[in-house]
Amino acid sequence: MNDRGSMGETKVIRKKDLTIWEKMYIPEIVKGLRITLSQVFRPTFTVQYPEQRFVPSASFRGRPVLVEENGTERCVACGLCSRVCPSLAIEVQAAETEDQKERYPVLFEINMLRCIFCGFCEEVCPEEAIIMSSEYELAFSNQKDALFGKDKLLVPIEKVQPRLDFLRANR
Amino acid sequence: MEIIEPLVKIVLVFLINLTTVAYLVYVERRVSALLQNRIGPNRVGPAGLLQPVADIVKLFLKEDIVPTAANKFVHSLAPIISLVVAMTTFAVIPFGNVIHLFGRDIKLMIADVNVGILYILALSSLGVYGVTLSGWSSNNKYSLLGGLRSSAQMISYELSMGLSIIGVLMIAQTLRLDKIVESQAHGMWYFWRTPVSFITFVVASFAETNRLPFDLPEAEPELVGGYHTEYSGMKFGLFFLAEYANMITASAIITTLFLGGWQLPFVGHLGLSDLAVSLLQVAAFAIKVCGVLLFFIVVRWTIPRFRYDQLMNIGWKVMLPLAIANILATGFFLLLRMN
Repeated sequence: MNDRGSMGETKVIRKKDLTIWEKMYIPEIVKGLRITLSQVFRPTFTVQYPEQRFVPSASFRGRPVLVEENGTERCVACGLCSRVCPSLAIEVQAAETEDQKERYPVLFEINMLRCIFCGFCEEVCPEEAIIMSSEYELAFSNQKDALFGKDKLLVPIEKVQPRLDFLRANR
Repeated sequence: MEIIEPLVKIVLVFLINLTTVAYLVYVERRVSALLQNRIGPNRVGPAGLLQPVADIVKLFLKEDIVPTAANKFVHSLAPIISLVVAMTTFAVIPFGNVIHLFGRDIKLMIADVNVGILYILALSSLGVYGVTLSGWSSNNKYSLLGGLRSSAQMISYELSMGLSIIGVLMIAQTLRLDKIVESQAHGMWYFWRTPVSFITFVVASFAETNRLPFDLPEAEPELVGGYHTEYSGMKFGLFFLAEYANMITASAIITTLFLGGWQLPFVGHLGLSDLAVSLLQVAAFAIKVCGVLLFFIVVRWTIPRFRYDQLMNIGWKVMLPLAIANILATGFFLLLRMN
């Protein structure tokens, strides 16, 4: 049986009628006032921003960064992150290196005005070289400042270890 | 000398009223924050106490925009009407007993009008002009709807407001506000002698001051800003001031009529000097008014807005019969007592 009865009659769904006590309205207002007034004694949720800062957990997706291990980036410049990026924010130019990994990015740029913090780059990266950090304070006064090159993107591995652990545990 | 005394009283009451209005906005923001587990404005000055100053300076510095299609004269006139009406109503409210200062008996009310209540009712019904004219002159559909709503709402609730006072008047046997306060001596306050009058009057006051749950004239979600959609800068500020000044006046009237005005029970038995007693009574009046104001604020952050037809239903089908029944009941009891 569906909600409609037989022969397409519409079934009237009626909410419960109010009792006389509820219709008098004043007692219900008092009830409401008691609820709002009880909130006065609860702790506040406000974070006093410049003095107190919100510290995100490892699951937070802040600005993407490149992991720096032993003084060099893990990135092998495969370009997958650039391919997968839905807002075309990442540009990678590869070059050869004497290291064991053979390839490295000469240029790695993320346009932070285009980045939508989706985390696809982190997901697709085979080397765990690009990951989402916990930094969220991003403000620019002109467009050039928003182009993050390797100088701004490289972060030592110790700083992003919680995120790497999180990724290992939840992959 | 005869002119100086009222002038001093006018200036004092006016200044106190204006500062209270400014700080009422601050208090409203802080209290609403408390009720919603927030902190509220706390940056400007210690604990945010200079926030009202910052707000007023901002309003003064803002550009004053008048729509091209608006009726410019009426557009400028409307906020003035609103504020003047809100402020002048306070003139007849006794905020203290007779006080002896500099060898003179000074009555603590600006104008000793023998039909004080009629004066209040007359002026508060004028307040609707400010709202309606602003809605009409803005030449904007939202403003017009807001103005229409407010005129309908205020007229409907004016009736039950006037009728609910009659219960008090029948017991007090006078229209003078100072006499009404005097008749409430020894804790015989009217709010428990005529509770139905009290409830209907408070509800009608909420409607008269356009406060939630009856703030349909400005109803932000449906009417953008209602009658003051097209106002900016200090003209908007005047409407803002008028709303809060109306709140103060309404609280003062509720205090005077139902909560004993400046009456402070048992103060006569403490053996204080006359001056101290008078000052305590003024303080009692102020504290009572503040209590009613807090009630106004807490109710605003508790009850959602009424739908328009519900508002009219309550006004005409509940409040009005209730007020009339209350008159009959009061008359009946008075008759029983007389015999």
